[in-house]
Amino acid sequence: MPFDSLRALRAMPLVNQLPKGPYYGILAEFATPADLYHACERVRDAGFTRWDAHTPFPVHGLEGAMGLRRSPLPWIILVMGLTGAAFGFGLQWWVHASAYPLVISGKPFFSWPAFIPITFELGVLFAAFGAVFGMLGLNRLPMHYHPLFRSKVFERVTDDAFFISIESWDPRFDSSATGKLLESLGARSVELLES
Amino acid sequence: MTRAIRDGTNALLFKLEAGNALAQTEAELLDNPVAGQPTLILRSPDFHSITEAVAEPVERRTPIGWWVFFIPSFALLALLGVAVSWLFWEGIGIWGLNVPVGWAWDITNFVFWVGIGHAGTLISAILFLFRQKWRTSINRSAEAMTIFAVMCALTFPGIHVGRVWVAYWMFPIPNQMSMWPNFRSPLLWDVFAVSVYGTVSVLFWYVGLIPDLATMRDRAKTRPRKLAYGFFALGWRGSVRQWHHYESAYLVLAALATPLVLSVHSVVSMDFAVSVLPGWHTTVFPPYFVAGAIFSGFAMVVTLMVISRTAFHLEHIITLRHFDYMAKIMLVTGSMVGYAYATEFFTAWYSGNPYEMFTFLNRAMGPYAWAYWIMVSCNVISPQIFWFKKPRTSIPILFVMSIVINIGMWFERFVIIVTSLHRDFLPSAWGYFRPTVWDVSCLLGSFGLFFTMFCLFARFLPIVATAEVKTVLPQADPHYESGPEREIKDHQAARPARGAPEPAPEGAS
Repeated sequence: MPFDSLRALRAMPLVNQLPKGPYYGILAEFATPADLYHACERVRDAGFTRWDAHTPFPVHGLEGAMGLRRSPLPWIILVMGLTGAAFGFGLQWWVHASAYPLVISGKPFFSWPAFIPITFELGVLFAAFGAVFGMLGLNRLPMHYHPLFRSKVFERVTDDAFFISIESWDPRFDSSATGKLLESLGARSVELLES
Repeated sequence: MTRAIRDGTNALLFKLEAGNALAQTEAELLDNPVAGQPTLILRSPDFHSITEAVAEPVERRTPIGWWVFFIPSFALLALLGVAVSWLFWEGIGIWGLNVPVGWAWDITNFVFWVGIGHAGTLISAILFLFRQKWRTSINRSAEAMTIFAVMCALTFPGIHVGRVWVAYWMFPIPNQMSMWPNFRSPLLWDVFAVSVYGTVSVLFWYVGLIPDLATMRDRAKTRPRKLAYGFFALGWRGSVRQWHHYESAYLVLAALATPLVLSVHSVVSMDFAVSVLPGWHTTVFPPYFVAGAIFSGFAMVVTLMVISRTAFHLEHIITLRHFDYMAKIMLVTGSMVGYAYATEFFTAWYSGNPYEMFTFLNRAMGPYAWAYWIMVSCNVISPQIFWFKKPRTSIPILFVMSIVINIGMWFERFVIIVTSLHRDFLPSAWGYFRPTVWDVSCLLGSFGLFFTMFCLFARFLPIVATAEVKTVLPQADPHYESGPEREIKDHQAARPARGAPEPAPEGAS
């Protein structure tokens, strides 16, 4: 049931409001980043936890309006980068000073200044892997199926539309009251999503 | 009222869209002291029209113009295939290099292509860290350029090794001979630097592409397109919780790519500088190579941007302001390169070393003087016209200059490599390198590889980072309506319905 407004749903008795079977949550569309920003502040202050906002581009300050904590990603990257650098340095030490010591141009076996470029490069390589795969892991991507993709309007999330989705298993979720709240925050349309 | 003025300007731009008229207006807009904040994107579009402008060319039927570029590029790529096959069959004796010139066109091409790549990373990473928002219009294609340039670059040392089937010996792979590469050699640093650079560039580019691939997925009309874009979009749903980690990853990748790109050309320069050959053995090489790399890379970005903005009608996204900035960077880096040329001569003279002095006099006045002076006139003299605003904002001049600069930068590497080698310490070991038809074929073929890849990229992927460009529009700011001159009503009225043609901005309201 795409594009269902709760306005129509509310006219019906309570039992009929819910789609048959379990449902994922509520999706509300907002017209502008500014509308979305203020709505997010209100949803955050209302104490919701299992919810999200969706935008075609990163809107700055929205993570604050949603009350998100800092991303732990930099720590993952730091650990990965140090691992890569240590691995690079260790590999070179092991090859030249332990596994296969060869005198090359009269240099000492453990000529560490010459090991710095590759240590640096491998540190960067591992850190970059940490950044990309860490980001994908924290974001639970790839996830090619998601209930939100059932919504027709949601196709515009990568174009010019701004959404708030509140999941039904949020403790404060109530299909009728939550829908009203989103509408009062200036949502253009509110839709209940089946899971 | 203010809005009326703004819209009046937009209306003017809109009417003057065709031909030179747009260029004129754009040029006037470039340094508008009244507007304060520079206008990065012209015609003040809404979010949807940005998506439309970028995604639509990818979705329409393949235009004839694309084939006009693709077929010659592909023909040159085929030439590379022939040249490389013959090389593998016969050996590197088919090239003109021989003692004393053991490195010639192949390594020149390698350094040239690695250098081209550097501007892409500079635009995507360094300008990102410096919050230079104008980069958003060009960073996607500049990053693609980096990747394709690194592909071309890696080809040359790869085929130069002669026995390509043992090229994997360059990597520390455990093997039955218990044999390891020599990690103290700059040539091995180079293997690591360039392959890490290639890998990180691909990752950076792909991370930037994910939101735009999702846009392509959501716009796709046919099932194959939906599946293909959908697969690579990884199920991106623009969630702020995702953007949160995404932006963190992007920022750190930029911070990692910045020292990486500086290290790569420094390491490339150490291939030369760590040897004890006069002409190569100088400490100025790392910064000098990096400046030259950025110089030639920006010239290549200009070449590609002139073509793609015209072909895809992106004049309002890739504006003259962007070209103006790039021309300034070319002026700065070109002058730095010129300064490095002078420093080399000064150092040779000041060293009092007869071999050093001979090498540099020979470079400027010996048998390869023609190459040296081509280099100086293309790289040092000609970019000086960018002191003036007219050449910085004239597309034909920029296009010609971008090609001139890259010819000069190719000759720079040729001069460094070949002139330092061709007259060895003893006159009995002097020689003169002449390229063979296979040297030339490999160089032309590498351009074929580069442009074939770029054509494919421009055909199937959004060439502008739409998600990023949207962030530089004024209405992307969540506090947009609270600005002193703007009213929320105006703003909502200005948002046209989806799919509607771009409305002629109403004048006074």
